[in-house]
Amino acid sequence: MKRHLISTADLTREDALLILDTAEQMAQVSARSVKKLPTLRGRTIVNLFFEDSTRTRTSFEVAEKRLSADVINFSAKGSSVSKGESLKDTALTLQAMGADAVVIRHGASGAPKLLADSDWLHGSVVNAGDGTHEHPTQALLDAFTMRRHLNPGVGHDLAGRRVTIVGDVLHSRVARSNVHLLHTLGAEVTLVAPPTLMPFGVETWPCQTSYDLDAALNKADAVMMLRVQRERMNAAFFPTQREYTRRYGLDARRLALMPEHALVMHPGPMVRGMEIESDIADSARAVIVEQVANGVSVRMAVLYLLLGGSEPAITTSSSEETGK
Amino acid sequence: MSTTNHLIRNARILGGEPQDIRITEGVIAEIGANLEARDGEQEIAADGLIALPGLVDLHTHLREPGREDAETVLTGTKAAAKGGFTAVHAMANTFPVADTAGVVEQVWRLGRESGYCDVQPIGAVTVGLEGKQLAELGAMADSAAQVRVFSDDGKCVDDAVIMRRALEYVKAFGGVVAQHAQEPRLTEGAQMNEGVVSGELGLAGWPAVAEESIIARDVLLAAHVGSRLHVCHLSTAGSVEIIRWAKSKGWDVTAEVTPHHLLLTDELVRSYDAVYKVNPPLRTEADVLALREALADGTIDIVATDHAPHPAEDKQCEWAAAAMGMVGLETALSVVQSAMVDTGLMGWAEVAERMSAKPAAISGVPGHGRPVSVGEPANLVLFDDQYRGAVNPDSFATRSRNTPYRGMALPGRVVATFLRGEAKVLDGELV
Amino acid sequence: MTTAAQRQVLDQGDIARSLTRIAHEIVERAKGADDVVLLGIPTRGAHLARRLHRKLAEITGRELPVGTLDITMYRDDLRLKPARALEHTEIPADGIDGKLVVLVDDVLFSGRTIRAALDALADHGRPRAVQLAVLVDRGHRELPIRADYVGKNLPTSLRESVKVKLDETDGVDAVLLGESEGSAK
Repeated sequence: MKRHLISTADLTREDALLILDTAEQMAQVSARSVKKLPTLRGRTIVNLFFEDSTRTRTSFEVAEKRLSADVINFSAKGSSVSKGESLKDTALTLQAMGADAVVIRHGASGAPKLLADSDWLHGSVVNAGDGTHEHPTQALLDAFTMRRHLNPGVGHDLAGRRVTIVGDVLHSRVARSNVHLLHTLGAEVTLVAPPTLMPFGVETWPCQTSYDLDAALNKADAVMMLRVQRERMNAAFFPTQREYTRRYGLDARRLALMPEHALVMHPGPMVRGMEIESDIADSARAVIVEQVANGVSVRMAVLYLLLGGSEPAITTSSSEETGK
Repeated sequence: MSTTNHLIRNARILGGEPQDIRITEGVIAEIGANLEARDGEQEIAADGLIALPGLVDLHTHLREPGREDAETVLTGTKAAAKGGFTAVHAMANTFPVADTAGVVEQVWRLGRESGYCDVQPIGAVTVGLEGKQLAELGAMADSAAQVRVFSDDGKCVDDAVIMRRALEYVKAFGGVVAQHAQEPRLTEGAQMNEGVVSGELGLAGWPAVAEESIIARDVLLAAHVGSRLHVCHLSTAGSVEIIRWAKSKGWDVTAEVTPHHLLLTDELVRSYDAVYKVNPPLRTEADVLALREALADGTIDIVATDHAPHPAEDKQCEWAAAAMGMVGLETALSVVQSAMVDTGLMGWAEVAERMSAKPAAISGVPGHGRPVSVGEPANLVLFDDQYRGAVNPDSFATRSRNTPYRGMALPGRVVATFLRGEAKVLDGELV
Repeated sequence: MTTAAQRQVLDQGDIARSLTRIAHEIVERAKGADDVVLLGIPTRGAHLARRLHRKLAEITGRELPVGTLDITMYRDDLRLKPARALEHTEIPADGIDGKLVVLVDDVLFSGRTIRAALDALADHGRPRAVQLAVLVDRGHRELPIRADYVGKNLPTSLRESVKVKLDETDGVDAVLLGESEGSAK
């Protein structure tokens, strides 16, 4: 594995499976009464959040604490992007404090990579969502959730499974990370969005695209609904909320088009009544709450594999004798 | 002004056969083989070096007044001299904006005081570059600065009526409007070329059509009112097509391209290193090739640097927060050699045409862009096209270091620059 | 490490007899082994635990709970190597609270693995007692830890390495003694 987790495109199939398999073991820890491991004792992890995201920050924080890391929450909310060098100065400060890893959420695409490539700090950088670029740990927890339902078992991938991702793909870091990762794991991804919300050049991505949601449902093993911000309407991405919901929302009729076993997923936060009908979000088909729980396991796995040794896990070597 | 007289030995004028050039009292006095040295002449061995007329940049941001932390007229003109330029045109987007006779005269005066190269101010088209009300174009034209080029560069004159009026109005004093073609609504929040790379990187796209639609409108406007139009920094293959079409109609349209748009593509943005953030944005390989071809065949008239210095803190930050622009004066000729000469698309005579004669003709700046021949002002640059070395920004004279070529191996090096016979650069160093 | 430098100290029959003896000792010392839970330390300890489980079933006629305990995240030498892949931990459904846990590993050496296992166990519950069964005890303890059941005591020098091969992972049952890679340098 690389020293940083910036993009799911950086993960080989072997890396991705190692993370998912490790997350399976981590999930056991969350199930027992003592939900703590001594593994990262003495390591300092900084959660550097330039954007509000209680969900993601909390998930990382729980993961870090379960691994016994020292956690510093460095909320940079309010320090706007326009402050220029603040990211550099913040990074230098964190380096001076001895951060072993920085988990960064930033409104500007590329900020985590900038940090990782800079010599401002030396620890690992974990991208917790950057602008409209990527959100790799979200994709990993999505894949983890899908694997548990669609092809359970350590070492298993998602070969041949069909995943339909619906909504504001253009502005979605979740969609970008999922396309790379699911492709790496062998799944067939179809992106569904109105043409206005489809990224330029999407035809070069390793996935199919469609403007027609109904047509993309009947063979899906999982359908992932993306949040659509109401503000997009004002920028003429679609005419009205009502029309968006009619054409791209997940309702009972569309649920009936999906195979019995197919999962309903959502990275959250949901806009109920917009991209997903409330009843469906609460139905047995929805694994939305499970996704949240799996988020902790996956983040524990990522942090362990990056920080749990002298260097990140090496994915090519087989298990060695321990010299007993 | 007492000037040293020079005798340049064995320079290859426009890449031709080696000849000696005698400079007397700021004027090219004699050209020939084995000229006899005279008393008081400084001899300069130029064996193998290429002699070009002093370069003229129609698009330079000198930042003074207002952003002296990025550049001053003094540091900018030093950089210009090191790059082989003997005249630069200072863009109007300073603080305050160069939209009055007072500001343009100040810049003009600072240029005269610097002495490294001539500074010809460009006046703003509209008050405060806001695109609402015409600036006092006539007053700037009549001022000591004798402004003839007007531009809101950095911003587009997007209001069609204002653009039409400006095109018409400057005819009274032989002026020209240099348009920064960028449709503002199509580029709100835009960060980089809209294409495959922007889609992957999640950076808001800057579509080619935002540039092309303005150029299309403006060539039609210029034709309609019978005015001259100059289009700044073409960056797309589509823009080239429109200019080619306008020229085929016989309309009085000229266009420029920057060195960086001749060499670099948006693939570099994958690093999220804001040193590659520039307006207009770096485009695709296909655009680069179209621009090179257009420059070679004359569809694009000139190379202009769009030298845009920024302090480190405006570049060492998140891409979206970073300033747009690159320094370019000191690398321009090397980049042109790399993109155009070494590729066989152009010879040195064409380089002289596109980087000296034509830009001088567009702006009418006196005494520049003249041929290297007897009786002409001795504005000359000696260039070693055989030199190979990595770009070292620490050696730059510009105040800023935002070059996209750091560490890149670029061919050629300016060895000497003469402004009216006076050596401003010798052995690659400022005199 | 070349095969030529290795000497076989236990063969398939030796290993089987050792495990049978250990199984009997467990039944004897645990007074019928009513509350015994076998936990193997992956990977080879886990296979040995399953073999012991079969032998105990033959002796007692009952299926004792058996599981695995991965100790990777409790190791004290994590930072000496790149992050390691985890093994599977499987605690039997009834848990370990109040039970007699018998930890099973292939080789007892420094005792650090067992130290880590004891820490890991504590996070899973509170056994009545913990005992240790190993196939080979090669000495050189670095911690105050001893085994309750030993297949074979094998005096070694620190220059030597002990390699346990099991059919489940290696296709053959054998314990080999050889020059360690480290000391060859």
